Amino acid sequence: MRNKDGINEVELDADDRHVINRLQDGLPLAPHPYALVAGELGLSEAELIERLARLRDTGVLSRFGPMYHAERLGGGLTLAALAVPEMDYERVAGILDAFPEVAHNYRREHALNMWFVLATETAERIPEVVAELEAATGLAVFNMPKEREFHVRLHLAV
Amino acid sequence: MSDFIWPSEEGKSKSLDEQDRAIVLATQAGLPLVSDPWTAVGEQVGMSGEEVLSRMQAMLERGVIRRIAAVPNHYRLGYVANGMTVWDVADADVERLGREIAAIEGVSHCYQRPRHLPHWPYNLFAMLHGRTREEVEQQAQVLRACLGEACHGHRILYSSRILKKTGLRLAAANLQTASTETDARG
Repeated sequence: MRNKDGINEVELDADDRHVINRLQDGLPLAPHPYALVAGELGLSEAELIERLARLRDTGVLSRFGPMYHAERLGGGLTLAALAVPEMDYERVAGILDAFPEVAHNYRREHALNMWFVLATETAERIPEVVAELEAATGLAVFNMPKEREFHVRLHLAV
Repeated sequence: MSDFIWPSEEGKSKSLDEQDRAIVLATQAGLPLVSDPWTAVGEQVGMSGEEVLSRMQAMLERGVIRRIAAVPNHYRLGYVANGMTVWDVADADVERLGREIAAIEGVSHCYQRPRHLPHWPYNLFAMLHGRTREEVEQQAQVLRACLGEACHGHRILYSSRILKKTGLRLAAANLQTASTETDARG
C-alpha cells in the first residue's frame, strides 16, 4: 500500500503490532531482556528477535536501542527555522544538507518554511554553527532552543 | 511527571567515565538483537555483560539514557500527518499549562521555546501525530480548550517534506568533553 507521500506503508500482523507497541515503552534493563518481553507477548525469544530485526531492517522502526539525552552527554541541541524564498528553496536545502550538525530538516507550511534540528558536539558549538549557516545561506536563522522540556515520549499506537 | 526535567534535575547527572563513554559509543546506533545484548556490547568494549548492564542501569537512573526503546518511522506506520502545534501563551501561565498539555494523550514532545517578535509570537510547542490532518486538528482542539484564555493564538505547521533525517549521532570527541560539561553544571 502506498500512502499519498509515496512511502510504502507496510503490512503488519498482530504480533508485529504488539511488538512495536510494547517496545516503544522500553526494554527492561535486565538479563535476557528480549526473553522477558517475549514472555509478556506470548512469543518465543527467537521469534521476538527475528521480528524486531525485520521491522528495523525494513524501516518500520527507525532505530532500536538506548535513547541518549544529548545535553546530558555534553552536546548541544536546538530547533531553528529559516524563511526561505521559494526560488531559493532547493539551494538552501542543499546547503543545510552538507552541514553534519543538521540532524533533521523539514519543510513546513509557514513563512518560516524550513525547520531543522542542530546537534553539536558541545553546547558552545551551537552559536558558531548558527553563524556559519547565516553566512552560507545569507538568511537570518531563528534559533529556538528549548527553555523548558515538559515531555518527550513518542508513542504511536499501531 | 517523570519526563519533566527542567530545571531542578538538569544538573544532577554525574560525569560519565571512560567505560560509560565506551558503552555510549558502542550502542548509539542501536542495541544488538541477540539473547544477551549486554554481553554482546561488553565484548565490543572489554567489559563483562554484568558491568555493561549495571552501568546502563545507572545511566538510566541519572537520565543520561531516557529509555531503551523502539523508535517507529511515523510514515511507514501510516502517521502521515505530523503537526507541530505552536501556541502563544501568557508567560505567567506557560509553565503550568505546558505541563498540562504535555500530559494529554497523543502529545509526543512538548517544549517552551523563545518568541521572535514580531515574526514569531509562539512560545509553547507540542508535536501531534495522526493518520489524517483532521485527526491532528481534533487533538489540537483538545489542547486549545486546555489552554483557555491564556492562549492568544496558535498555528499547526505540518511537515510537508523531509529534507534530511540522519538522526542524532554523537561523535567520540563529544564524549570526551562530556564529563567536564556535566561536572561544570553539577
